[in-house]
Amino acid sequence: MAFPKINMASYWCLFLGGCTMLGSFLVPGGAAQSGWTSYAPLSVIAGTGQTWWLIGMIFLITSSLLGAVNFLTTTIQLRAKGLTFMRFPFFVWSQFVTSFLLLLAFPPLEAAGVMQLMDRVAGTSFFLPSGLVVSGQVLANAGGGNAVLWQHLFWFLAHPEVYVLILPAMGIVAEIIANNTRKPLWGYRSMVYALIFLGFMSFIVWAHHMFMTGMGTTMAAFFQTTTMIISIPSVVILTALIVSLWGGSIRFNTPMLFAVSFLPMFGIGGLTGLPLGLNISDIPLHDTYYVIAHFHYVVAPGTIFALFAGIYYWYPKATGRKMSETLGKIHWIGSLVCMNVVFMPMFIVGLAGVSRRLFDAGSGYDFAQGTMHWNAVSSWGAWIMGLFQIPFIFNFFYSIRNGEKAEGNVWQATTIEWSAPSPPPHGNFAIPPQAYRGPYEYSVPGSDKDFTPQFEA
Amino acid sequence: MDIPYTVAVRRDTGLNNGKIGIWLFLASEVMLFGALFASYILIRTGSPNWPRGDTVLDYRLATFNTIVLITSSVTMVMAWASLMRRKFGTFRIYMAATVLLGGVFLVVKYFEYSHHLHLGEYPSHSNFFAIYYTLTGLHMLHVFGGMVVNAYFWGPGAKLWEKNPVWFTNRVEHSGLFWHFVDLVWIFLFPTLYLL
Repeated sequence: MAFPKINMASYWCLFLGGCTMLGSFLVPGGAAQSGWTSYAPLSVIAGTGQTWWLIGMIFLITSSLLGAVNFLTTTIQLRAKGLTFMRFPFFVWSQFVTSFLLLLAFPPLEAAGVMQLMDRVAGTSFFLPSGLVVSGQVLANAGGGNAVLWQHLFWFLAHPEVYVLILPAMGIVAEIIANNTRKPLWGYRSMVYALIFLGFMSFIVWAHHMFMTGMGTTMAAFFQTTTMIISIPSVVILTALIVSLWGGSIRFNTPMLFAVSFLPMFGIGGLTGLPLGLNISDIPLHDTYYVIAHFHYVVAPGTIFALFAGIYYWYPKATGRKMSETLGKIHWIGSLVCMNVVFMPMFIVGLAGVSRRLFDAGSGYDFAQGTMHWNAVSSWGAWIMGLFQIPFIFNFFYSIRNGEKAEGNVWQATTIEWSAPSPPPHGNFAIPPQAYRGPYEYSVPGSDKDFTPQFEA
Repeated sequence: MDIPYTVAVRRDTGLNNGKIGIWLFLASEVMLFGALFASYILIRTGSPNWPRGDTVLDYRLATFNTIVLITSSVTMVMAWASLMRRKFGTFRIYMAATVLLGGVFLVVKYFEYSHHLHLGEYPSHSNFFAIYYTLTGLHMLHVFGGMVVNAYFWGPGAKLWEKNPVWFTNRVEHSGLFWHFVDLVWIFLFPTLYLL
């Protein structure tokens, strides 16, 4: 990293933020109860836990800010000799764009957090409208605040934040697919341009989370248009990944199984998001289980599968040993099936109009009766999926000492990290690496092996 | 293992690590203050009786503070320029002036705050005072942070001058960039809060 001390500071800020968040469970009244969105005015009049949440958030934001500055500077300045931007592995590109999103989207939430903290501690009314009645009493604050302001500032972060979750996942999947199809990524450049465009657009779609605030049709029209536009680069990347599979002699090892399952799962998540991006169809679906199903198809089988794939893929690099393939495949099939059992029913429940965050999951409402039994299916799916994580946890710790020994370039990969010894020593590389060609030179015609690493002259 | 380009400039980017780092950090600061200014606009436009700044706040004190901060920006540049001309003694004088001017700013601000608090104008008094205390308070934290860093370069941090004068000069330049940014925020804050 370009700034090792800032890296450490970032880590300790994260640690302090995490401790503050966990510590908030012990304060009177318990931890923050206003949901992850902390919508005002409820969050302003909530118990002490919310103040701890805000202080914890300020630490976490500082941590991610320092991390983002460090990642960006490192990517720009510490590139190996010959490693131009268009020779970056796709994963590096995705981290690069992600860091920009963190750098520019988090500060407005920090500002919002400071204002909410002022509302709670100093008695200001940034987010409290005049004449707010709580438990039959008119609040004695000055009033004149704007509750929707919190939503704007919050979603200005929180929409880019979903791209913070998904872009690195796409990067991991791209690495693993190129490696296991033994083919270059199809359309690498268009994928990179799509990624940059995606990062840019993610800053101007936030209010599609707020169609229910009554913000007016002009605003809604603008934000639903940008939302439709942002789906294009995502489709470009997903299509390029699917086309990359075409005609490859695919190796179905555990990382690859997770990576290819990412594609249809993310596809379902993305396509079911389109009705939510359009004002007219969002209104009946807003805050129902349909939204939960859509979001979790994107980040649970999407991001989490990519993370699993990444762990199985880079584990030999980090530890010098491979994880067990058999346990990995059990983990994969169980997770894939159960993931769908958990979230597919939520589409049905949501289309029936059942809201989220009901204490009885809707059993008190007539219209929810027809779909109540699907909740049981989801719960069974969730518990069984939990059981299928046991082989993974066991595999992860057991393989550190007992896994099959792995050489430096165990997957016959082409990107630079595979030139380092496994596990890497201090400073990562035995000799300073150098890039001689693009990142995915697999199956080069006339070459004696099916991979031509970036780092070999 | 040495980290490359901490002092030397990378040829294809034309920059060293520190300069990229500080500019990225300033970009995020722009977003932080930008969000607060945007909130100010939204709350003010939604208010039926927003007071004009000069009817509630003392713009004379703030004018004085503006001059103080701008002067400190000038002395900051002079401190860096003295290092560029290898005059460490003049650097110390200008750097001390920069830190002291920051101190003068804070003292004036202290009198301003205590005056309003005596009148019972707490942050909870009205949304005008809420945004006033939030914006100026956050800005004051930045002034204080800048003073701490500059004082460090005036005092213990200056040892680097003996070992690696170029590196030290770069560091002063980067802390100067931050100081100018803090100054610039005030130049936006002053008319927004005190005059409009």
